[in-house]
Amino acid sequence: MTTALVTQLGYVVAAGLFIFGLKMLGSPATARRGNMVSAIGMLVAIVAALLDQGIVDFTWIVAGMLVGGAIGAIAARAVAMTSMPEMVALFNGLGGAASLLVGWSALSPDAGVFTLVTIVLSILIGGVTLTGSLVAYGKLSETIGSGAITFSGQQVVNSLVVFGIVGGAAMFCMNPTDPNWLYMVIGLALLFGIMAVIPIGGADMPVVISLLNSYSGLAACAAGFAINNNALIVAGSLVGASGIILTQIMCKAMNRSLSNVLFSGFASVSSEETVVEGEIKPISVDDAYYVLEAATNVAIIPGYGMAVAQAQHVVKELTELLQNNGCEVNFGIHPVAGRMPGHMNVLLAEADVPYDQLLEMDEINPRMEMVDVAIVIGANDVVNPAAREVESSPIYGMPVINVADARTVFVLKRSMASGFAGIENPLFYKDNTRMLFGDAKESIGGLVREFS
Amino acid sequence: MSGAEYLLFILMLSIFLGFELINKVPATLHTPLMSGANAISGITVVGAVALAGTGSETMGMWLGVGAVTLASVNVVGGYMVTDRMLGFFKKKED
Repeated sequence: MTTALVTQLGYVVAAGLFIFGLKMLGSPATARRGNMVSAIGMLVAIVAALLDQGIVDFTWIVAGMLVGGAIGAIAARAVAMTSMPEMVALFNGLGGAASLLVGWSALSPDAGVFTLVTIVLSILIGGVTLTGSLVAYGKLSETIGSGAITFSGQQVVNSLVVFGIVGGAAMFCMNPTDPNWLYMVIGLALLFGIMAVIPIGGADMPVVISLLNSYSGLAACAAGFAINNNALIVAGSLVGASGIILTQIMCKAMNRSLSNVLFSGFASVSSEETVVEGEIKPISVDDAYYVLEAATNVAIIPGYGMAVAQAQHVVKELTELLQNNGCEVNFGIHPVAGRMPGHMNVLLAEADVPYDQLLEMDEINPRMEMVDVAIVIGANDVVNPAAREVESSPIYGMPVINVADARTVFVLKRSMASGFAGIENPLFYKDNTRMLFGDAKESIGGLVREFS
Repeated sequence: MSGAEYLLFILMLSIFLGFELINKVPATLHTPLMSGANAISGITVVGAVALAGTGSETMGMWLGVGAVTLASVNVVGGYMVTDRMLGFFKKKED
């Protein structure tokens, strides 16, 4: 058996292990083992690749792996669960950069047109993924402002960039020996990544991060075509498919099309005043405690504000006290709560909340009428009844968690300043809503003290 | 069978398979799914090692070394952080 054949068979085994690993991610009970299976697949693929006869010097391979592996290991251990979105964004970017470099180095004088096209694609997708992810990282970590950045003439600039990329790519494929066209494509791809993400606001980050996840896979896939490698194509397209599905789920959860999310930053947001009837009724921690003490069924709806306030652990404490008090407690998780898909689930899992207590929107909504108290922690748009009732609202049609159906609603909020999207929330004015103003961690901590 | 049409064939099957598999992942696991997918996209390292090991000290080799390093961050970091996250997920003890 030749070594080349062994390498190819190794890739087949690796692909099988990736597929099996992803399948095991279908249930929380087997997910951890699934991740392990996938990691073993990666190990098999790397060993198979190292058997390549063309490799004469392992020094730099080992050096690169050690440096990269050490950075990855340190980052994976140190990162706080609240910072997972920016971590994933950063990793997406690195994956894109790696594919860009592979595509670039695959360039040889005797490359055919098909190879040249795939080289351009891997550089293009990889470059956009790299800088797009870095901008997303900056927005998520608040290194740069998380708001949408727009300027007049943005569309013109973007059109010119796209035009330049297409032109540069065409010229490169016709004159592959002239590196200037290649540099132009690389530069413009990097620029386009920045331009594409800056007009997207922080609240839409779940969509962007899913899409960039998909791009990092597609970039690997394109690089696989450039260097004629099956393992890259299979693994890359699995990742690409995963990102696209998550993107779809996020868009559906916001009742928006992908193009609306990506380009709506350009349109001026119409800020029409919705007239809301009723008045705000604040409640003190003491009074909230008495209501909760009498409750037998409580639903907690967390949002990004819970992550910001780092309130997940104290929420878990409150949950336990309520349960000891004979109360049923469930969590209602909206698909776009937080800054990335599943963000709330990971935070609550870290705080030791069992996953069977975390209900999806479609599971919790039918039960809402039986709920005595719905506690909204740092969520706003995902519980906004305007999505169902006010046809002129920008979020009309978006599926939301119907907290207003509960007997009483507590909304934990810092102040009455309008939320990120700047959309008025009629929930705050409902008869059965009580506002518990203040820092979520402190408010819930106060409730916990009252109970114990 | 070799060449472009064969690679495209593989691409098509993998995309369909990917859609089928990922659709079955529950919402509660979407963050680990993303970081796990991230780790898998580090597969670029497999392509990069052949480019980094030519010993030629050309620009192509150094680009390959860069790719090996970046993709290794993805592979090691991605799998480790996913494992850490999945370790948190526990079922209710009755």
